[in-house]
Amino acid sequence: MTTSSSLPGVPGAPSAPADLPKVRLDWTPLALAPLLMLLAYPLVGSGSTWLTLTVAGLAMGMIIFVVSSGLTLVFGLMDVLNFGHGAFIALGAYVAASVLLPLAPWVEADSLALNLGVFALAILAAMAAAGAVGLFFERVVVRPVYGQHLKQILITMGGMLVAEQLIKAIWGAETIALQLPATFRGAVLLGDAAIEKYRLIAVALGLVIFVAMLLVLNRTRLGLLIRAGVENREMVEALGYRIRRLFIGMFVAGAALAGLGGVLWGLYQQNITVAIGAQVNVLIFIVIIIGGLGSTAGCFVGALLVGLMANYTGFLFPKVALFSNILLMMLVLLWRPQGLYPVARR
Amino acid sequence: MTDDPILRLRSVHTYIGPYHILHGVDLDVPRGGVAMLLGRNGAGKTTTLRTIMGLWRAGAGNIHFDGTDITRHATPAIAQAGIAYVPENMSVFSDLTVAENMRLAARSGAIDEERLDWVFRMFPALKIFWHQRAGVLSGGQKQMLSMARAVIEPRKLLIVDEPTKGLAPAIIQNMISVFCELKQTAVSILLVEQNFHMAKSVGDTVSVMDGGRVVHAGAMGDLAADEALQQRLLGLSLAAHQ
Amino acid sequence: MIRLLSGDLPRSRALSALLILLLLALACAPFVFPGARALNMAAKICIFVVLVASYDLLLGYTGIVSFAHTMFFGIGGYGVAIAMTRMEPGWGALAAGTLGALFVTALLALVIGLFSLRVRAIFFAMITLAVATAFATLVSQLSDWTGGEDGLSFKVPEVFTPGFSLGHAEWLGVPLNGKLFTYYFVFCSALVLFLLLLRIVNSPFGRVLQAIRENDFRAEAIGYRTVVFRTVSTVLSALFAALAGVMMALWLRYNGPDTSLSFEIMVDVLLIVVIGGMGTVYGAAIGTALFLVAQTYLQDAMKLASDATAAVPLFSGLLHPDRWLLWLGMLFILSVYYFPQGIVGRLRGEGAGRDIST
Repeated sequence: MTTSSSLPGVPGAPSAPADLPKVRLDWTPLALAPLLMLLAYPLVGSGSTWLTLTVAGLAMGMIIFVVSSGLTLVFGLMDVLNFGHGAFIALGAYVAASVLLPLAPWVEADSLALNLGVFALAILAAMAAAGAVGLFFERVVVRPVYGQHLKQILITMGGMLVAEQLIKAIWGAETIALQLPATFRGAVLLGDAAIEKYRLIAVALGLVIFVAMLLVLNRTRLGLLIRAGVENREMVEALGYRIRRLFIGMFVAGAALAGLGGVLWGLYQQNITVAIGAQVNVLIFIVIIIGGLGSTAGCFVGALLVGLMANYTGFLFPKVALFSNILLMMLVLLWRPQGLYPVARR
Repeated sequence: MTDDPILRLRSVHTYIGPYHILHGVDLDVPRGGVAMLLGRNGAGKTTTLRTIMGLWRAGAGNIHFDGTDITRHATPAIAQAGIAYVPENMSVFSDLTVAENMRLAARSGAIDEERLDWVFRMFPALKIFWHQRAGVLSGGQKQMLSMARAVIEPRKLLIVDEPTKGLAPAIIQNMISVFCELKQTAVSILLVEQNFHMAKSVGDTVSVMDGGRVVHAGAMGDLAADEALQQRLLGLSLAAHQ
Repeated sequence: MIRLLSGDLPRSRALSALLILLLLALACAPFVFPGARALNMAAKICIFVVLVASYDLLLGYTGIVSFAHTMFFGIGGYGVAIAMTRMEPGWGALAAGTLGALFVTALLALVIGLFSLRVRAIFFAMITLAVATAFATLVSQLSDWTGGEDGLSFKVPEVFTPGFSLGHAEWLGVPLNGKLFTYYFVFCSALVLFLLLLRIVNSPFGRVLQAIRENDFRAEAIGYRTVVFRTVSTVLSALFAALAGVMMALWLRYNGPDTSLSFEIMVDVLLIVVIGGMGTVYGAAIGTALFLVAQTYLQDAMKLASDATAAVPLFSGLLHPDRWLLWLGMLFILSVYYFPQGIVGRLRGEGAGRDIST
């Protein structure tokens, strides 16, 4: 993604003269999601169904974005891919359940304040737990195998296996049903279409997180370090920055975001099983590949595409729903073999 | 050899995987002066610089910088000790603007106005392209950015790897005047170059490497005056490289 | 003997002893271990040895991580199952099903290889995961052909049916019936395939694979087209997996998503290969036997332990037989770190010194 940020108060820096190359925004990939939405309209037929599906797709896409954003940055920055990322998602969902179930009165109460309160509490708990496990995971499982891709894949898969089993041991292997907080239930009527309130909340939350990430990346010094590090980690170290610490922070942040995503996903599905980790894993990988390693914007576009695709095909051609995302991935790779916005040049 | 070099390498060996690249390198950089590091392609010059910077670990020997043994230090620590590195492939961050590149290089957080003016005087193109992505710069301009990053804050030692590689003669002349300007400051410089004219114009001392070893070390003036020695070490005469 | 093993000797007394023991146990299983459960386990061991060994060809010798291996296992099984249900269940159908499965396998593996092997290992692993998941979903969707979640049961050629017998004859107290014949068919096929794999990894082709695994850049520089070799290896490994699937379907007279396509099987294969020893075909044999035996009997032991510690819920939960994968997972992680050569490596005394290059 090419954006230029302006530095406030730099002395003597003139405005660009007219004959300089214009900063071209690579906007083609951004058009993909709207394009898909437009394409689906005639296929779906009914406007209200289309609206419902689109919002559902966007909500799902936002949740997937929240979960994958940390992973793609970590991969871009340190060349480490955590095949066990799904474990953080599952953990987040289960921790949230442990908060929501005992506090059922707050969940059932018809007060926005209490609902928001318990929702926020569940999210915070999930993020804290996932972050803590992420720290442990980085130290014990990932750190010994930096730079060794084969071992990384094997070990992180093993880590996920162990994590899933531990979750089953602690919370039991049965499906746990989750209730949405009372004021989040129900739908908003837009003409003929019934749009679920919760999905709107998920979309809003996802957007907030996306914007926050963009702001951090483009307006802060930390973001500067991350963007530079994704491009050339060695040079950033040669400039005197300890990028290792940055990486640990990012791994933990990625895990925490995955935990948050787990809460959102669990409430979206209204039940949780340990398998959600593995289920979402596949979707995350597709999204990261489509978006391009290390690119937040690519991840965002990819996630929206995947979410929309899953919902449209789920309605139109249910038998090939998951297949459609693989097809999408292959089409994108044929167009841009490195993903939509490849950043990490390795 | 000066008595108190700012950088001193002794018997440095570097291995990359199974390959033994540096076979006991001895090198001194005089305080406040310019030490040239010359040699054919593959002699080990870049490996030496990367070893100093900690990007590759020295298998044996030691490296002392300003009194401290930095042989086992990590790259960020070495940079923070006061060494700035301008690598062979420039390593500018293409997706960041020129301004952001510079901002990153200014570790203390803020760019000093006066210092920036001085940098702009040396590299006027950077002022023009200040808000542009570094990726759109030409090769010569990227080289300038890479150099500017290294000097935007005062450092004790600059290690520069072939700054004139692939550049047009006019720009090379520019680069020579930049180095002469830098010599006016208190900074010490270790400069790897293939261009002997530049080496002669700028260098105080010279070390020549071949096969992973330093095969000649001495004053620049002596080497510049001795064509036979040049021929033997570098396979060319001064006249041929104008 | 050496020729038979293609020059790849066990190189360890303990390993040789274990292998001989395993071979004898499997050869005489119907006579030595009475009962259906034991025979089932023996057959499963035979089949899985081929499946795991074929994965070792991919992972241990070529250095490729793929999560699509069970997909080929499933194709083999479904090929037979579909053929036997759609056509007259006889030798013709069996052959047709097997050949059809092998053809589809080769084609799919070729496509996957050519498309994905140009990308980095991590990309490839992710893509195989996605493809395998999609395939499993597809299979359960096309329930008209595949029987969906319930799978397909089918009749087998007469000589394999349990009812068949050579006139109620017996030998050493074991009836000479269809089950016995099926078992020996499976056993002999597995043995042949195993020896074939040994041949492949010890051939010049196999040596090039190892060179590529060690340093593909250099192999390419020397002149080997690494993509070609990797693709061939992928296809070969897939074909063997499909054959294992055929055997599985034949033994069970049934094929379904849980017996052939489930991710659990993929995980089991991965665990066995690593714990048994990557890059040593024998690791597959020993690892499979130990794994499958332990899976059944160790789980029984865990049940006892879990009941005994019922007073302490957390311990009881951790020791519950369903949590068998937890301990195996930890063993797996430890193996990757400390014993990349697995059990076989330990027996040969190589240990952690020689590492699998990545």
